[in-house]
Amino acid sequence: MRMNFVLIFLITIFSLSLFFYGRSKTKSISIEKNIKLNALPKFYGYYLVLWCSIPSLVFLLIWTLFEPVIIKSIIIETAANQGAIFNDKNEANLIYEKIKAIYAGTYFGDIDTILKESALSYAKFINLFTNSKIVLIFAIVIASVIYSLKKIKNNNKARDDVEVILKGLLFASSLIAILTTLGIIFSLLFESIKFFSVINIFDYLFGTNWSPQRAFVRDASAITAEEYDELKDAFGFIPLIAGTSFIAFIAMLVAVPIGLFSGIYMAEYASVKIRRISKPIIEILAGIPTVVYGFFAALTVGPFFRQIGENLGLTVSSESALAAGLIMGIMIIPYVSSLSDDVINSVPQSLRDGSYAVGATKSETIKKVVIPAALPGIIGSVLLAVSRAIGETMIVVMAAGLAANLTINPLESTTTITTQIVMILVGDQEFDSPKTQSAFALGLTLFIATLVLNYIAQRAVKKYREKYD
Amino acid sequence: MTKEERLKKRHSAEKRFRFYGLASIFVALLFVLILVHNIFSKGSSAFMKTAINVEVFFDQELLEIKNDASDDEILEADFFDITIESLIKVYPAKNVEEEDAIIELFTTDAEIEIKRAFLENNNLIGKKINLEITASDDIDQLHKGNYPRDIPEDRRRISDFQLVIYDNLVENQKIVKNFNNYFFKNGDSRDPELAGIGGALIGSFYSIIICLLLAFPVAVLASIYLEEFAPKNKITDFIEININNLAAVPSIVYGLLALQILLATIQLPRSTPLVAGITLALMTLPRIIIPCRASLKAVPPSIREGALAVGASKFQSVFHHVVPLALPGTLSGTIIGLAQALGETAPLILIGMVAFVVDIPSTPIDPSSSLPVQVYLWSESAERGFVEKTSATIMMLLSFLIVMNFLAVYLRQKFEKRWN
Repeated sequence: MRMNFVLIFLITIFSLSLFFYGRSKTKSISIEKNIKLNALPKFYGYYLVLWCSIPSLVFLLIWTLFEPVIIKSIIIETAANQGAIFNDKNEANLIYEKIKAIYAGTYFGDIDTILKESALSYAKFINLFTNSKIVLIFAIVIASVIYSLKKIKNNNKARDDVEVILKGLLFASSLIAILTTLGIIFSLLFESIKFFSVINIFDYLFGTNWSPQRAFVRDASAITAEEYDELKDAFGFIPLIAGTSFIAFIAMLVAVPIGLFSGIYMAEYASVKIRRISKPIIEILAGIPTVVYGFFAALTVGPFFRQIGENLGLTVSSESALAAGLIMGIMIIPYVSSLSDDVINSVPQSLRDGSYAVGATKSETIKKVVIPAALPGIIGSVLLAVSRAIGETMIVVMAAGLAANLTINPLESTTTITTQIVMILVGDQEFDSPKTQSAFALGLTLFIATLVLNYIAQRAVKKYREKYD
Repeated sequence: MTKEERLKKRHSAEKRFRFYGLASIFVALLFVLILVHNIFSKGSSAFMKTAINVEVFFDQELLEIKNDASDDEILEADFFDITIESLIKVYPAKNVEEEDAIIELFTTDAEIEIKRAFLENNNLIGKKINLEITASDDIDQLHKGNYPRDIPEDRRRISDFQLVIYDNLVENQKIVKNFNNYFFKNGDSRDPELAGIGGALIGSFYSIIICLLLAFPVAVLASIYLEEFAPKNKITDFIEININNLAAVPSIVYGLLALQILLATIQLPRSTPLVAGITLALMTLPRIIIPCRASLKAVPPSIREGALAVGASKFQSVFHHVVPLALPGTLSGTIIGLAQALGETAPLILIGMVAFVVDIPSTPIDPSSSLPVQVYLWSESAERGFVEKTSATIMMLLSFLIVMNFLAVYLRQKFEKRWN
């Protein structure tokens, strides 16, 4: 880790000095030999800098990404050769962690000879890898500098070359978006596939009972039929999607009327002055971190509802779906209002004028002409808001319940997909337990659900825009 | 129904409709007010702490250190006896239980506070000084009026005897309110009176800086490519679809990504600002690219054509003319993206920033917390003192967000050129 920073620092310093060297060198060459340079001297400097830094930094990045994986497999193999016994990946990981802890000097348990030997070879490999990394990086730097110096001496068209390299850099930056998507898909799929190899996907999708704590310490690779019968009942997705949709539905009951009406008011009625003040204030609601809403819902709104319920003789859970849904709805208001404001604004004025011409009042025009015309866009904005609501985490983690109840009583507590992901992954996780993997399966489901909603919403908004553009 | 009646009905429907619109805006505004008021009324008291004035006598026999002891020797020395002796003199106690009750009025760090005072002043041995020792959380909350006195003793954390002492201390003006330096200086603690956001502040700062360093250059370069250089082909379309989708992916999914790739595969250290920064950078990247592209698009083509006409290369026209003109919009988009990242909690919980970290992180690869995660952690604690600490942390977080958003608006209004 530290070594990497040192290397990056050295490469940076070296590159910078090369810039000045390249610039003055080409200047002196042009004076000495009395030739006209093919580019401004500074471009020769840039050329050297790019050649010196990019290959070595890319190499360093790739090396850093793969080093731990390779060292781990080597160490586990050597430990196995020395007689360490482990039955599955779980135990192998545990032994590897122990070896690492011994190396770092933070392990205080019993150290047997196998562990000691392995720790020594771990130290050896770490050293070897670090040394070879340094040597290789220096080799790459020297090779690329020699190559680029040669180019400079031949009076190449440095500006064109620099621009080609920079263009590659620009393209590479835009590829990061694709890489991120791929990373998300692979990391979710990888664990989900393991999960679905233990739990049948239909048991997951249509099961009505969610209690992952049952799968606590269990060897996933060797499950008997009996154990499976018990396990398959523990990972039923139905209560989670029901709870999630229920809370999102309550949120929408709050957000859609308030958001839509304020969007309509701002687009059709509000004077410029009111609009200028109220629009940013409503958008504050979208800028407040969700953990703040969660705190408010859990400590103020939840107990408040319970108090009201007690006064009315109702039993209200202090983690009621109502409190979480209400606060989530308030968070979502600006998404609905600003999007529907935009959509209503882009309805052509001629439609309104036609309606006024036949004697309709303003509200009649809005209800009968503007809203029907803007409907696809409004539905799109509501769908975007729904996808926000089901992906929202902190409000439900703090204000909604943890137990998966199948209920449609808003005063009881329910749980959601995101709450369960957090609950499963907070704290210590066992590798390769169906419980840990189920969080990734939930994440995959959530990812697909939001993707589909967004796709439909964007199509709706786009189609609507095309209609009036 | 006559014509007039119908018209009247239609006009009242018009008024009603208008009222609904105004009412919903009003409801939204009202909610902002309620939320802010609720947080501020709960949290503002956390910036002060209650202290009790105690006379400390540095008895050489009890201290067992020499007159010319070095700082290291003092740090090693045992101040426990002298602390207990000084504290129980606050009120006459009859037996050991009562003495314990008195000691419970003070923070568990009373010994450290006395030692610190001893280190700061030279040669206090054999002298008496008055020190303001931080009170325990219960007394602090009682003094701030957050703790009800009129409930039965067995349901209170403060006994009747302690209440008598407290009233006595108030009467003698021994109880003072000081600026709560612990809140800003300390890391997390199990004792509310000692808990602070120092560690969370540093952790958030490191995370945001790493996020900025990674996301800003990549976002600017990517948007320059997509707006200025990208050919219209399938790869470009694919990149654009990806960016739009990533902007809508729930933040918790980025937490899962970080858990699987950064922690499990690359094995970066858990609970560190480094991992948090990388995760937040991946998350904010599409959210920065979108406003960056908008501000590049807003630069009129005449600028590019003018540069090309006098012989600049495509690159020169972009980097010398278009980018500087688009910079204010780019920067304000970045700041707003960072403000969102600063308040993001869910992915940080998944990468283990919920760990209980007492030490203030000195580098980005030390375990640490962050402001929003600290809010989450404290909101789960039962002690009353943490409610005001949580609210105060939210106040700090919100004020950072307000400053960042104002900066973004200012940059845009002050420096952005309008083309029309």
